[in-house]
Amino acid sequence: MNLSLTEEQEILRQSARDFLEEKCPKSFVKEMEQDEKKYSPELWKEMADLGWVGLAFPEKYGGSDMNFLDLAVLLEEMGRACLPSPFVASVVLGGLPILDAGSEEQKAKYLPEIASGKAIFSMALIEPELGYEATAIKAEAKAEGDSFVINGTKLFVPYGNVADYLLVVARTSKNAEGVTVFIVDAKSPGIKVTLLSTMAHENLCEVVFENVKVSGNNVLGGVDQGWPVIQKALERNDAARCCEVAGNFGWVMEDTIAYVLDRKQFGRPIGSFQVLQHYCADMSTYLEGTRLAAHQAAWAVSEGLPSTREVAVAKAWINQVSATFFNLAHQMHGAMGVALEHDLHFYTTRAKAVELGYGEGNYYREVVAKDMGLA
Amino acid sequence: MDFSFTEEQKKFKQEVRDFLEDEVKRGLWKPSCDAWIQSYDPEFTKRVAAKGWIGLTWPREYGGQGLGFVERVILTEEMLRYGAPAACHWFSDRQIGGAVLEYGSEEQKKDLLPKIIKGELYCGLGMSETEAGSDLASLKTRAAEDGDDYIFNGQKTWTSGGSFINYVYVLARTDPEVVKHKGISEFIIPLDLSGISRIPMVDITGTEAWNDVFFDNVRVPKKYMIGEKNKGFYHVMAELAFERSGMERLMGNYPLFDALIKFVMETRDGGKFLAQSDVIRQKLAQLQVEFEIGRLFMYRVAVVMEAGKAPTVEAAMSKAYATAFEQRVANFAMEILGPYGLLWMDSKYAKIGGLAAHSYLGSKGYSLQAGASEILKNIIAQRGLGLPA
Repeated sequence: MNLSLTEEQEILRQSARDFLEEKCPKSFVKEMEQDEKKYSPELWKEMADLGWVGLAFPEKYGGSDMNFLDLAVLLEEMGRACLPSPFVASVVLGGLPILDAGSEEQKAKYLPEIASGKAIFSMALIEPELGYEATAIKAEAKAEGDSFVINGTKLFVPYGNVADYLLVVARTSKNAEGVTVFIVDAKSPGIKVTLLSTMAHENLCEVVFENVKVSGNNVLGGVDQGWPVIQKALERNDAARCCEVAGNFGWVMEDTIAYVLDRKQFGRPIGSFQVLQHYCADMSTYLEGTRLAAHQAAWAVSEGLPSTREVAVAKAWINQVSATFFNLAHQMHGAMGVALEHDLHFYTTRAKAVELGYGEGNYYREVVAKDMGLA
Repeated sequence: MDFSFTEEQKKFKQEVRDFLEDEVKRGLWKPSCDAWIQSYDPEFTKRVAAKGWIGLTWPREYGGQGLGFVERVILTEEMLRYGAPAACHWFSDRQIGGAVLEYGSEEQKKDLLPKIIKGELYCGLGMSETEAGSDLASLKTRAAEDGDDYIFNGQKTWTSGGSFINYVYVLARTDPEVVKHKGISEFIIPLDLSGISRIPMVDITGTEAWNDVFFDNVRVPKKYMIGEKNKGFYHVMAELAFERSGMERLMGNYPLFDALIKFVMETRDGGKFLAQSDVIRQKLAQLQVEFEIGRLFMYRVAVVMEAGKAPTVEAAMSKAYATAFEQRVANFAMEILGPYGLLWMDSKYAKIGGLAAHSYLGSKGYSLQAGASEILKNIIAQRGLGLPA
């Protein structure tokens, strides 16, 4: 048992922190909130040039063959910086499923594009009626000769309006798990993308597919064989987002401590009051629990071990404690914490966005309940 | 980063499980909640000693196994999972031995450690006094120097170890003239010295696991002082981290948690099993998530100790968190059981062995002993986060 980063990971963390402190100040985060793309292609290119985007892919596809724990280090720093970028969408939801389930031809074609940051990938999964099981997939793909024709509406597609390719999950048979994943060129005729207006200023889109024709060569992992690919992708996505939250919480903790030490009322720093000290202790406990759980989940994913339980524990924990964590942070910041001129709101909204993406607390507790054997 | 056990550790864990499984099968004892602090069984302690499992982390030259703190957590985790009656040796193994190793003389190490390792030295903890609880440094038990001895006068309360203790660890005032925390020393003394008397305290569960211990002109030879004179309070702050660090803070009522999960799977309400109720599933899964986070906290403490650091903040955090968790488990068990939860284990109607009533009441003491949660949060805030004292 070893809970420390390797020396290389420490170096990666420090360089990521230095880079993001310079390139991603809150003025940039704020600017991106108003930007239609919600990210900066220039910064994205710099990240790609640093090797971040290709980090988790094998060298033969233009990556640097590092593992998911290395990725976790970066994700934590991105969460800490509130970095707006299609990193998770393109690498975790787009690229890694292709690495898992793609044919050699698909991998050779798409992975170098993803790893180099030249193409942005994302996943079109969730539909307006929600649901995180295969049965919730109603969008249809009908076989027509060697091709398929996709119809349906997908919601909450991350970076849908800037993606070059989408992994589209559509129903190909009536069996509960009869869904197929297609690699779809986002510029295909019949695709209409609309950016949603959200609380966290995330890039989340509605993507409507109207008679979108896709070649049978673009099926990822076999017809009707899509659900296991998606489950694995979601588990990894959850682990990634939990690491981002760990970074998010870390910033909020440090900021809150700095605030209560600086802010004086009744002639003394408010951080000298025991009630606030105990609030801080509670926040610190939530933070440390989050870090440990996120790292454990990332480790299990990285080692290729069964990780359903570890990931569900981390996500359920975050969803359980996050609201209290932020309530305490805001309470201690006083009215400044709800002012847009203070930075706390960036974190409050983004943590919530992560919590509610791909499954609320109840969903993950149910995963744990099943795994406990509660029948 | 690696959250797994080594092959040797896995083997060790299995060996401990096999041993405990066999003990339960042979009917040598019944699993119970809080057994680590309330169930005294010298014979069990001797069998554990024979396996070499007391003083696991201590150097081989004193009869220990020279193993790591992670191994010790593996051992204690299994002891707690089975609700094994380990109270006779628990305290000596957890912190008395460590204190002797850290601060004791060579002579004291050679005298005390083998006795603990053989499962013969049962040491109660004499820290609290009626007027010195969280404010431990204000303790009044006086140890007045007199030639080669100290003369003890005073009273300790909530001294653990029940009627089985044959040694007592005492924090006493050796210099009343200085600032309060600078005049305290540590002693480990045999209970049979003349002038020591003991009155059992009965707690809210009806258990006699604690004592009032009285010192009436007790002549204590100097050789029983551990470490430097008047440095006791500094020593005890480090030892308390050990006291708080363990898996017992999370798993004291694990037998109840485990039995509750089985109970909801086997018990029907109308046509359905309780485990099919969404409310119950959600709540139990939440407790399971909280348990697993607590377990990570506990292993983190062991990893910090393994690195040779005092886990002051980590142990404070894990204990405050885990004792609150135990209270939630006990309360949820009571909610599930309804009025059956009120029944003691001797009632023929008692469900899941009457563990719930005991734990519901017993768990109220654990967020107090070894550092009240409020004190622990002060430690997290002031020593961990740098807020002003």
